[in-house]
Amino acid sequence: MFAKKLRLALSSLWGAVILFGTGNANAGFDELNLRRGVTDISHQVYDLHMLIFWICVVVCAVVFGILIYSIIYHRKSKGAKPATFHESTTVEIIWTTIPFLVLVGMAIPATKTLLALEDTRDSDMSIKVTGYQWKWQYEYLDGPAEDISFFSALTTPREQIEGTAEKGENYLLEVDNPIVVPINKKIRFLITSNDVIHSWWVPDLGWKQDAVPGFINDGWTELKEPGTYRGKCAELCGKDHGYMPVVLIAKSEADFAQWAADQKAGAVAEAAAATQTWTRDDLLAKGEAVYNTNCAACHQANGQGIPGVFPAIAGGPISTGPLADHINIVMNGKTGTAMQAFGAQLSDVDLAAVVTFERNGFGNNTGDVVQPSDITAAR
Amino acid sequence: MSTATTHDEHHEHHHPTGIMRWITTTNHKDIGTLYLWFSFTMLLIGGAMAMVIRAELFQPGLQVVDPNFFNTMTTMHGLIMVFGAIMPGMVGLANWLIPMMIGAPDMALPRMNNWSFWILPFAGTMLLSTLFMEGGGPAFGWTFYAPLSTTFAPDSTDFFIFSVHLLGFSSIMGAINIIATVLNMRAPGMTLMKMPLFVWTWFITAFLLIAVMPVLAGAVTMMLTDRHFGTSFFDAAGGGDPVLFQHVFWFFGHPEVYIMILPAFGVVSQIIPTFARKKLFGYSSMVYATASIAFLSFIVWAHHMFTTGMPVAGELYFMYATIMIAVPTAVKVFNWTATMWRGSMTFETPMLWAIAFVFLFTLGGFTGLMMGVAPADMQYHDTYFIVAHFHYVLVTGALFAIIAAVYYWLPKWTGHMVDERLGKIHFWWSAISVNVLFFPQHFLGLAGMPRRIPDYSLQFADWNLVSSLGGFAFGLAQVFFMYVVIKTIKGGEKATDQVWEGAEGLEWTLPSPAPYHTFETAPEVR
Repeated sequence: MFAKKLRLALSSLWGAVILFGTGNANAGFDELNLRRGVTDISHQVYDLHMLIFWICVVVCAVVFGILIYSIIYHRKSKGAKPATFHESTTVEIIWTTIPFLVLVGMAIPATKTLLALEDTRDSDMSIKVTGYQWKWQYEYLDGPAEDISFFSALTTPREQIEGTAEKGENYLLEVDNPIVVPINKKIRFLITSNDVIHSWWVPDLGWKQDAVPGFINDGWTELKEPGTYRGKCAELCGKDHGYMPVVLIAKSEADFAQWAADQKAGAVAEAAAATQTWTRDDLLAKGEAVYNTNCAACHQANGQGIPGVFPAIAGGPISTGPLADHINIVMNGKTGTAMQAFGAQLSDVDLAAVVTFERNGFGNNTGDVVQPSDITAAR
Repeated sequence: MSTATTHDEHHEHHHPTGIMRWITTTNHKDIGTLYLWFSFTMLLIGGAMAMVIRAELFQPGLQVVDPNFFNTMTTMHGLIMVFGAIMPGMVGLANWLIPMMIGAPDMALPRMNNWSFWILPFAGTMLLSTLFMEGGGPAFGWTFYAPLSTTFAPDSTDFFIFSVHLLGFSSIMGAINIIATVLNMRAPGMTLMKMPLFVWTWFITAFLLIAVMPVLAGAVTMMLTDRHFGTSFFDAAGGGDPVLFQHVFWFFGHPEVYIMILPAFGVVSQIIPTFARKKLFGYSSMVYATASIAFLSFIVWAHHMFTTGMPVAGELYFMYATIMIAVPTAVKVFNWTATMWRGSMTFETPMLWAIAFVFLFTLGGFTGLMMGVAPADMQYHDTYFIVAHFHYVLVTGALFAIIAAVYYWLPKWTGHMVDERLGKIHFWWSAISVNVLFFPQHFLGLAGMPRRIPDYSLQFADWNLVSSLGGFAFGLAQVFFMYVVIKTIKGGEKATDQVWEGAEGLEWTLPSPAPYHTFETAPEVR
């Protein structure tokens, strides 16, 4: 009876496995090996990986072969009589020396690859990458895109994560503003962090580099083909560590210059918007969008926060207290907590909108309306 | 048995009974038993947390827990398995076996032995209590990197810090006791180079513990002062360095992994010769290889930190030193192979676990070698590849060795043979499911799945599902293990003194079950 039930349960479970496996367009059973990547360095790293892998396979085959032979033939039930040898200096010297020589053989190509990977000299342009809980900031330090700076955060909708909507093709690998780079240029990344340690990783480039607060690490790449390359934060950085992807788009040099020009034009338009007076409804609508991108991860979409970790906005002492204090904490953050200084991250319009939204949403009806010019004045 | 009866009569009136027997005991066998049950309890608690992790990762999306609680689970799972299950499990074996193996009546410092055990339940409870605190338990990974574990950590972190301090006290006292016992309590004729390999590996491990547990205590104390007393050891804004934390942590952490695996080497080196009916091949080179591994473990710590932005010269040094560990480790595997070669093998349950150890630990060793190669580690680091690696080393390595040891010595401890049929079911059930659980994680890591994430993109879905199924099966197998052990304690075929045909060593000259006091008169070792 029990056995029959068990068989039934197992077969239905197996059915579910097969259904799940085939029902998924991105079926991953064929994802078995390291990605070869798209740069010279990633190819070198891949070749090194395969070299060590095959060395391990050969050693494994020899040692496991001997073990298995022994297990099959040197068993008591086959009448094997135990030998009495229990040491041999010659054999031991041989099997100490051979692994040592194999290791030296591995270390030589590894050293070459490492030196190339770490050589960030003679770069054509530099981009500063800053990790935040839980998004990336990209600042172009030179070249056609000089002074362009923006944040890059996850755009996968909450409904897909919670399972109320079907997951898209690039689930958890999509952002609002991808980092854009030209091909055929040696690009140096200067990597740091604003809060905890993150790690900037695009597997197709062949490396990851930690973003450490207070220190600047570097790495480089030179892409040959235009394309979109996706990666993730690799170092545990708190609650939403799994939700801060990296999306990198490589464009031809001409397309990159065009992109840079568009970005600059966009920045001018945004500055103009900050001098205008906004209506309350426009501010609330924009504020809600800004809130969901920047604030909801901690203070939650319903403004309730997480007790003991992140304070509530709904009925909170800041969002219902004096306006100047509210603007101050949003712009300058609170040291020693996860509350960041958003003054450096968001535009005057965004800040005005989000403060207005927080003071009027979640039942906080203070009636306050903050204009972009108020933020400009507070800077 | 007659000796046992005499001893019991002789000592009866000194011993409290019931719970007080266990609280006040200074007997190495009682304390060994306490350690082993504590270890098993923690294995089940830490295992339950692993089940939560695998349930959440069964499918992409958030289904079971929220991301913060997920991080708490990975953190607590790691801490409990390392400090609660594996380390106390090994100390339990040491307590039971070292005095019986070297012909000593007890541990050298029996009262301290009692204290070092009884600290553990309090430290463990304090650690677990953080789960019920406002703001949740520690959620920064078992490696607790600053500043996530300092500036950005929940209030419960202070309880975690004190718990680590207590665990450290316990380990240091345990280690002192083992060194004192080995150096002072050996029977006449039991020279150092005649000691069973299990004693040797624990003797070396004890030195590692004394060397690095204070370093860990220093790291958490610096965290504490950073959190509450205005220091900035790890806070860049105050002139400190977050990477310093990682150097201090891994100066502890790397020897720590050998603390967990060296006694496992010892266990396997006892079991394989017994069932191959042939002396251990290269005894002295095994001792030297263990000592070399222990030494090398102190000078390779920063291979955990290749992506932190170390100077390239540092990366090269740590790469060379790290891959060098493959040499003494290979010597060990070759020696076990040569011990089995042309032996006369039988495959009782303990031997099956020991052979699985040799195969699967070797796989974990190979992935370790791969990650030692710095440029390749730039890809492997912080992915599921390393999760697969350290679970091969710690589950199919350290844990399998502890289970093998329990099956091997349980007849000596209880006087009953283990039901071979049940033991073999447990073995095959575990050995298959553990590979279904961890082998696909190699693929996930190589394909680019970072570790410590509650949710993943769709290309990782299939292997995660397989891994989770393996996980549930492996978890259940260890509940079955409890049944097998309790059944053996309650009864079973009577064990002879010798227990296993090919077993050698002083513990097999004692009656089964071993009487409460043994070797009150030191045996003569020739």
